[in-house]
Amino acid sequence: MDRIPILRMGPFLLVSIQVDMHDRLALALQDDLMNKIRATSARGVLIDISALDLVDSFIGRMIGNIAAMAHILDAETVVTGMRPAVAITLVELGLSLKGVRTALDVERGMALLRGSPAGREDGSGRPEK
Amino acid sequence: MAEPARSRLSDFVSRHERGILGDWMKHQSEALGRRRDLISDQELERQSATFLAGVQRALSSGGPDTSGDAWRDVKQYLAELSVARGRQGFTPAETATFVFSLKRPLFTRLRDELSGDGQALADELWRATTLLDGLGLHTVEVYQKGREEMISRQQEELLELSTPVVRLWENVLALPLIGTLDSARTQVVMESLLQQIVDTGAAVAIIDITGVPTVDTLVAQHLLKTVAAARLMGADCIISGIRPQIAQTIVHLGVDLGDVVTKSSLADALKIALARTGYAVTRLTAPEAEG
Repeated sequence: MDRIPILRMGPFLLVSIQVDMHDRLALALQDDLMNKIRATSARGVLIDISALDLVDSFIGRMIGNIAAMAHILDAETVVTGMRPAVAITLVELGLSLKGVRTALDVERGMALLRGSPAGREDGSGRPEK
Repeated sequence: MAEPARSRLSDFVSRHERGILGDWMKHQSEALGRRRDLISDQELERQSATFLAGVQRALSSGGPDTSGDAWRDVKQYLAELSVARGRQGFTPAETATFVFSLKRPLFTRLRDELSGDGQALADELWRATTLLDGLGLHTVEVYQKGREEMISRQQEELLELSTPVVRLWENVLALPLIGTLDSARTQVVMESLLQQIVDTGAAVAIIDITGVPTVDTLVAQHLLKTVAAARLMGADCIISGIRPQIAQTIVHLGVDLGDVVTKSSLADALKIALARTGYAVTRLTAPEAEG
């Protein structure tokens, strides 16, 4: 079975989703990611979904779940590169992913993680759940 | 009984065509009054002659029933005329008067012709009246339809025109909303804003609702959705231009704007946006001392 690679960058983990997410792939990613956070004591997780042009409610909730689980393991999650169509779909599905931090691209996402946990200096850090 | 009567009206019109046309032109000129500047005499005469000839042809081939095939050409001509007059600035009443003003010359001549036969005169008058009323109403209908098409076209154009996304500063976008927000418009607004966020890589988007006349629960819902979608993409949204009445309405309606940043003016919003993107605006010269 395919697996989505999880890359380590210093204290952070980088996941780039390049293929269509199906449910089993998403569950496998969730498992792998939690194990990896535990194994590397990662402080942050960055999930880049710029190549994802289709989401359903399951995948949407999954992203929220991963963020919540990572938070319990003391790692911040940043989702980057969400496409407009995907954002609209998630909002229409009622999944506004509260508690998940977002950034426009990987570079800004990394900057956000590095500034973590204090958030950005001007206090615009997203409210945590 | 019906057959000779039908041909009588047709014969009558063809015999008196020139006379009727002359009288009709005179009446129309009077009726038009101050609208004379909108159309020239030659143009009016040409239209009247074409119409009268058409009516005469239709009468002789199809009788006074305007729903028949014989009247298609006349109706077609009236439709063109009606649309043209609508563009020239005539009101629907003035446009319909073109047809209705034909009654007087026609009736006068009918009366002269059939003065000895009351029964026949009443019959012919009734026929002619029904005929002209039908044509007149057709004119109004076409005029109305033309107007409606124009309105719906303008609505579409408005939809496209009214959603500009402007770049205020590096990484700062503004979306000045003007007019009432409905679902269709919000969809367009949301899509164009999100697309611009991707294209410009903006970190902050300011939605300015100074030009939105009223905010009800639906509009607030739409705004919140747009903010949520922009947030998912990694851009912060600031809502600005909230007038005091709208602030009151929002609270009275019990709408929860949640953690959305709101500012009363676009200037305040821009200041926050600049601060967030790491800029500061300073005055280079000291303010001049007040008088």
